[in-house]
Amino acid sequence: MYQNGSTETTPFRVLVVDDDRILRKMHKMMLTRLGIEVEVAVNGKEAVDLHLAGASFHLVLMDLQMPVMDGSQATKELRGMGVTSPIVGVTAACAEKAAFLASGLTDCVSKPLTISKIANYLPAPSNHTNN
Amino acid sequence: MLVGFGAERLGADMNRLLALLFHQGVLDEQFLQLQQLEDETSPNFVSEVVSIFFHESEKLLTSLRSLLMMVEGDHDQDHEGGLEYGKIGVHLNQFMGSSSSIGAKRVRNVCLAFRAASDHHNRHGCLRALEQLEHEYCYLKNKLHEFFQLEQQKVLAAGVRYPMNHYNNNININS
Repeated sequence: MYQNGSTETTPFRVLVVDDDRILRKMHKMMLTRLGIEVEVAVNGKEAVDLHLAGASFHLVLMDLQMPVMDGSQATKELRGMGVTSPIVGVTAACAEKAAFLASGLTDCVSKPLTISKIANYLPAPSNHTNN
Repeated sequence: MLVGFGAERLGADMNRLLALLFHQGVLDEQFLQLQQLEDETSPNFVSEVVSIFFHESEKLLTSLRSLLMMVEGDHDQDHEGGLEYGKIGVHLNQFMGSSSSIGAKRVRNVCLAFRAASDHHNRHGCLRALEQLEHEYCYLKNKLHEFFQLEQQKVLAAGVRYPMNHYNNNININS
């Protein structure tokens, strides 16, 4: 659980957007082991639809090349909807990094994803003390 | 007492095999990161992920070969050839992503060279890279199968201890 500055303690939620089954499984496990709540989307359209349905996340990890809707388009749409959460691109396609960033990403990291690459976007765990 | 000796020896064999694969550059430290995600709540996580990798990789290799067969000649600049090379690039990015995430370093490096040839519409270069990719993938698959077989044997060998320890613990509790 992570303190969000309010009187409530809410779980830190991350959305993993990737069409690759392996990467969805690995990234979800990586984050779940830290006590983070993880939801997955298999393409950019699913990520947008989740937000349209009212879901919100503290962090979005966005792959670039996906069928139906790619990461660039999904990021533009999310920003257009007013989503202000950090959206971090995760890509093996280094040549397209600049264009991906220009779509509205907060940051872009190379695959393989590691916790250290996104540590700045993950809060420290709470100390579970009552004030 | 030979109980457990088999498990220890199998563990040593596993470590030797991994050390060899690291030394050969077949695997890199990302494989260790993958192993660290496995625990008692997900005891088969590594083998599950690697199984998915094998399944997806074989589909990608089949697609890559089909696409290359559709391209005619080197430096094909016509519209259809460009489309095939574009699709090859997409498949290779996917292959690079998944191979780097499990630590399959040599597979990933060949994908990089393949993508360079594809970007230049170099059909012969792509065919050479595809053959090399198939070779590296087969080697990796065989070695990882060997590793997981050793792991299964080790689990079975270690399982022989449990009835002995359980019996001994019950004797201690009841005395």
